[in-house]
Amino acid sequence: MSSALPDDPQPRDADQSRPLRARRSRGVGIVLIFVYAILAIGATSRAIYQMVTVYSQAPIPITLSAISGAIYILATLALFLPGRVWYRVAWVTISFELLGVLVVGTLSLISPAVAGTGTVSDGAVWSNYGIGYGYIPVVLPVLGMLWLRSRRGQFSKTTSVEATSAEPSTAEPSSAGS
Amino acid sequence: MIEWYAIVAAAIAAAAGVLCLVLGLFGVKPGDLSMGAVALVELLLLGQLGVAIAQPLVGNPPTGSLVEFYIYLIVALLIPLLAGFWALVERDRWSTVVLGIACLAIAVMVVRMNIIWTGHIA
Repeated sequence: MSSALPDDPQPRDADQSRPLRARRSRGVGIVLIFVYAILAIGATSRAIYQMVTVYSQAPIPITLSAISGAIYILATLALFLPGRVWYRVAWVTISFELLGVLVVGTLSLISPAVAGTGTVSDGAVWSNYGIGYGYIPVVLPVLGMLWLRSRRGQFSKTTSVEATSAEPSTAEPSSAGS
Repeated sequence: MIEWYAIVAAAIAAAAGVLCLVLGLFGVKPGDLSMGAVALVELLLLGQLGVAIAQPLVGNPPTGSLVEFYIYLIVALLIPLLAGFWALVERDRWSTVVLGIACLAIAVMVVRMNIIWTGHIA
């Protein structure tokens, strides 16, 4: 009896807030995925173009740009596709991305060969912490990690989102006694 | 390339981007205003394409890389279409935010395209 009292209001509270919160989380996720997609297309197409044309003049920054482009493509897919495996892939790629932008950003400050600024490549995506891309490359993985962390609960109760969408069928008699 | 066209296009795209972002964050679903703003940006990009085709023909060829310019332009042309398509599929406020981000990305890309056209290699 005493355990039923504190238990009872909690699920109802959560039920009211979950659909809205889930929708917002999904919305933020869509925005995040869209930004990733733009960055993926931009970085990859530019890197491919530079590899075909001027690769020998600035091999290090162009290779780094190509790697970052591939990572962005993988991260975009992993954020978009459902399931626990892709959730893990998203964590791995976004972590790698943050590591990459920090390491390459730092190296580019020390070594002009890595930075490539002023050369034909005009710098890699991750040079100087992504200054050429408005510092988005260093901010994005942090936002991505925050979003992934907020979704963590979904993977302990995998079908909770589906369950709340089928809410109108008031199967719970306890909710009637409010 | 005609520089003023790129500047005007970038400014309008940036304004459209801010408009859609604000609309989206205030909870407005994609509607005539936001979709119209994105359509205008797409039209400006098509105008940019026309400018890029016409300019070398009238004796004003690029001093930078034309191929790189066109890669940017093609990607830029696709972005509003993707965002608009998404806004039609999923009609909620976040799609309006996506439309705004698309326009802002276009603004940056148009500025960048102008730099590429004139040649950014010192």
